[in-house]
Amino acid sequence: MQSQGTQSVDDMSRSFALTTKLDAIVAWGQRNALWPLPYGTACCGIELMSVMGPKYDLARFGAEVVRFSPRQADLLLVAGTITEKMAPILVRIYEQMLEPKYVLSMGACASSGGFYRAYHVLQGCDKVIPVDVYVPGCPPTPEAVLDGVMTLQKMIKDRTPRPWKDYWTSPLLSGGSNAGLPGQMFAESGRVIGALPKVVAP
Amino acid sequence: MIQFPEVLKNDLSVKFGTNDFKFLTTPVGDHVIEVTKETTPALLRYLKEYAGFNFLMDVCGVDFPNREKRFDVVYHLFNMKERSRLRVKAQLADGEAVATATTIWKGADWFEREAFDMFGIIFSGHPNLRKILTHHQFVGHPLRKDYEADAQQHCDSVLPIHFDNTPDQRGDALDNRFVPINIGPSHPAMHGTLRVMAELDGETIVRASAEIGYLHRCFEKMAETHPYNQVIPYTDRLNYCSAPMNNVGYCKTVERLLGVEVPARAQAMRVVLCELSRIIDHVVSVGTGGVDLGALTAFFHLFTYREKVYNLFEKLCGARLTVAMTRVGGMAQDAPEGWFDGVLQFCNEMSDGIDEISKLMLGNKIFIKRTQGVCPVSKEDAIDWGYTGPLLRASGVNLDLRKSNPYYGYDQYDFDIPIGANGDIYDRYLVRIEEMRQSIRIIRQAVKSMPTGDYTIRDKGIVLPEKKDVYGNIEGLMNHFMLVIKGLRPPPGEVYDATEAANGELGFYLISDGSANPYRLKCRPPCFAIYQSFPSVVKGAMLADAIATVASMNVIAGELDR
Repeated sequence: MQSQGTQSVDDMSRSFALTTKLDAIVAWGQRNALWPLPYGTACCGIELMSVMGPKYDLARFGAEVVRFSPRQADLLLVAGTITEKMAPILVRIYEQMLEPKYVLSMGACASSGGFYRAYHVLQGCDKVIPVDVYVPGCPPTPEAVLDGVMTLQKMIKDRTPRPWKDYWTSPLLSGGSNAGLPGQMFAESGRVIGALPKVVAP
Repeated sequence: MIQFPEVLKNDLSVKFGTNDFKFLTTPVGDHVIEVTKETTPALLRYLKEYAGFNFLMDVCGVDFPNREKRFDVVYHLFNMKERSRLRVKAQLADGEAVATATTIWKGADWFEREAFDMFGIIFSGHPNLRKILTHHQFVGHPLRKDYEADAQQHCDSVLPIHFDNTPDQRGDALDNRFVPINIGPSHPAMHGTLRVMAELDGETIVRASAEIGYLHRCFEKMAETHPYNQVIPYTDRLNYCSAPMNNVGYCKTVERLLGVEVPARAQAMRVVLCELSRIIDHVVSVGTGGVDLGALTAFFHLFTYREKVYNLFEKLCGARLTVAMTRVGGMAQDAPEGWFDGVLQFCNEMSDGIDEISKLMLGNKIFIKRTQGVCPVSKEDAIDWGYTGPLLRASGVNLDLRKSNPYYGYDQYDFDIPIGANGDIYDRYLVRIEEMRQSIRIIRQAVKSMPTGDYTIRDKGIVLPEKKDVYGNIEGLMNHFMLVIKGLRPPPGEVYDATEAANGELGFYLISDGSANPYRLKCRPPCFAIYQSFPSVVKGAMLADAIATVASMNVIAGELDR
């Protein structure tokens, strides 16, 4: 039963048609409703607040629904220095996110360790998780972060191949065991790289 | 030439017998007592109880690998009544232990753990002497001189829930009557990288523990491997909510060791920068504090004002957040034309904003119920833990370095120090919001009386010449070349200097060996001392109160973990 003056879905579909590819319309939805998980650890986290804040307003790009639960987010915004102590937590959070998931590395520290070539700083979060977009700067201006998000949106739209993600394996040993071999944990594109760096015993 | 105070010297001689002590006053006027490790605890106790040195500001280690006893343990004390400082130093060989100071000041706890972690200095009798900044798989002690600065060690696991081993507690053993809960390090209420673990009886916290070090970026090791002026960008990233204050604190320390005074214009510009930073730091603290209590409006509203200050910074130097605006000897450049008018305009807008925000938050019934009388810290406890800044003043202690040990002409400005009464969370926000008003008063006066003249000293051995001289004449070119190649070299010696940062006393302990890099730079971050009291402050409170407490302490991971 329908009341006078309104159309049923059936009627609407007769008067109005849209042809598209399923992939395209899914990508349209994905890129315009990114739910970010702000992994703000340091100074970049403060600039990320500006990105979310009233002036720059990430909401204009459909990414304002900030979720701190990895289960509800599909864009991991790594904003700030990732230390060696933080690395396993970052990996665990990334693993908990549901597909499709994307990673944006904000700032020099997250991308490469920045100017902290230091004993306790991971030299870029791409050592442990696959990164889709790098935003340079220390910290990047909010405009640069917005540009990074737009780049990611374009990647989703174009369905850019992401081999870094396809060949990624978790650096944490499976089974949740904590007894890992430190030299073998850091993988890049599925390949184990590097042994434990030289440590001068005090 | 400043002499070591005779009264104290005589007192200590009578009490202990003189042979053990060496009384020194450094060329810059710091008083030092060198002492053997056996006498250290007795001396510290005497200094606290009879000589009025009621604050333990800092405990740190220094490594001299070529010396017979390679480590120095350095204690920095502060006498609130006489507003004087004292440094106590003891030498230790590798593997030797010194008795802990935690029995004298509760606040020695984390500082000693840090010295243990960084140097391997053992403090006998410390209730919980384990690593604090580096991860649990880390081998070695990174601040020792023979540890390479870039020797990374990877970590592939997270410590399970654990607690401090204070004598009256069970250590890491969990009791199955209680619910263990882990919050952070990635959690909206944990401000980035803090991790809090608690055991709950219903909603009540039976005991709590805080793990830090998730943002340990090796600031002190980086300082040892960089020339003096290149350390300034690293200081930006200590308390990144108010970066210019760290620049000022660090440069002031180096300048004091060099024995130079910056020109009046640079001093006034630094005051303006510091007070602008104080405002935006409190903006973040109050704003995110509201977010943690469920009040999102204040955050968005206050961030509008933060953006205005960012604009001012951007006009001044091109950067928004990490400005690195000061140089040893003055400022990096002069303010552009009309900049101070922009500052005054901001002051007008901000004072309206503060009124709005104080109505919005301080008058809000829910906010009051969530904060008034929650987790108060008494005067005595606050001093014992080494609280400084707004939290100390919220507990009712009238100590602000801008008034007590004025620098940069703060004694000429007319402003008040707001003091709380109860030391609860409400008072902390009350103090912070009032401090914003006072900062505006200071800025207005400083801008009004802004001296003309140069923005930096022109000592050829300290400050790089201006670009027009470098490219324009041979003297400038030579000067630039020599200073870049040879570096800025303060005389060998040591200095401790502190400024009143947004969170409290930001101290730098600098040792120079006459080379172009600092030999040792210890940063005394205000929130490190404050946050160590967290487990005992929230004990017996509700879990939600613990969240409010973390927010009110304004713990900034960058300066906490360095």
